[in-house]
Amino acid sequence: MTRDAGRPVATPSQTVGPFFHFGLTANAALGTLAKDGVRGERIGLRIRVLDRDGPVPDAMVEIYHADAEGQYGQAHFDGFGRLPTDGDGTCVFETIRPGAVSTRADGAQAPHVNVCLFARGLLRHVYTRIYFSGDAALDEDPLIALVPPARRSTLLASQPSGEPAVWEFTIRLQGEGETVFFAL
Amino acid sequence: MSTPQELAHSQPPLLYPPYKSTIPRAPAEPMIQVPRSFADLAAPLFGHLPIGGTDNDLTRQHPGEPLGERIVVAGRIADEDGRAVPDTLVELWQCNAAGRYFHARDDHPAPLDPNFGGAGRTLTDANGIYRFVTIKPGAYPWRNHHNAWRPAHIHFSLFGTSFQSRLVTQMYFPNDPLFPYDPILQSVPDEAARQRLVSQFDLALTEPEWALGYRFDIVLRGRHSTPFEGRV
Ligand SMILES: [Fe+3]
Repeated sequence: MTRDAGRPVATPSQTVGPFFHFGLTANAALGTLAKDGVRGERIGLRIRVLDRDGPVPDAMVEIYHADAEGQYGQAHFDGFGRLPTDGDGTCVFETIRPGAVSTRADGAQAPHVNVCLFARGLLRHVYTRIYFSGDAALDEDPLIALVPPARRSTLLASQPSGEPAVWEFTIRLQGEGETVFFAL
Repeated sequence: MSTPQELAHSQPPLLYPPYKSTIPRAPAEPMIQVPRSFADLAAPLFGHLPIGGTDNDLTRQHPGEPLGERIVVAGRIADEDGRAVPDTLVELWQCNAAGRYFHARDDHPAPLDPNFGGAGRTLTDANGIYRFVTIKPGAYPWRNHHNAWRPAHIHFSLFGTSFQSRLVTQMYFPNDPLFPYDPILQSVPDEAARQRLVSQFDLALTEPEWALGYRFDIVLRGRHSTPFEGRV
């Protein structure tokens, strides 16, 4: 494999490894996106990461999502969060429910949370999206439309009974019910 | 811009059995390609963390000097068109000179250094240049296979300007005899691409009577990047 002289090729990815905590997730505030002054419906977003054999206790989850009006990168809400998973493969973000995102090219996208998942054993991070089950806009979402219908449910967060402000999402890296991942 | 073939050769696969942890974790189903027109994927990723005065000098974050060989690590962050990526967050973390991480789960029987935490962050300047002062990390064992040792490395995390440019990688040091035995480095298929993970000794970065300099330039995928085929 050669390349044209001087033409840059992207640097290879390498695993985040198991020891990222003190370097990347030491700032616990990165789990709280719904800071004072952020407008919108407060939710807890509980993400659990599983591999073929069970919980992944050494994953790093990054989320990025729009504000309640569907806008990215607003002064009141930067929309970025990062947490490590615990021994049960779980982390919980305190955030707001995002609004539908309008893009000129694709029409409105249903409210969603972008997820980058890093872990020991992932030589590259993987990207997926969390949508909210029951949302009327799901049927119109242009990215869900590209997913085989039988796999679409892997992209839906649901609300556990008895916890009205919590949404739960499971990422299954491999095996039965493997989550849909997207290539960028 | 990289061609799909270059991308496939220069990036590791998700499943690389010599690195055992990939076996239960690599997704097996085909990935769904995101069309380029999805505007929010091109939005800047906020990685803003407060940057403090010693965040880019890991030798000055504690009351005393850490043990080990003081080094300067610096380089340029650019995109695939060669354009500098200014004002982007660069984070790094590493073990100490003895090969031990400042981490509860690292049980390698090598000494911790009370004067070395091993984490740093900085922003690139207007020309895409970053610079850290740190300690040369040691090799450490990791139980992936019999007598498995990681070559000395520094972990890097970068954001760039889009979702496609997000990168977590590792920087190695020149001429490490452990390279052929390390499945994490060897997971990158192309020899030239592996070489781009190896920093270069740089006399111009070296500071007299103070620290050796290593240059590590990084190329990030851009928002008009070749789509990464859903290969696993
Ligand atoms: Fe490491």
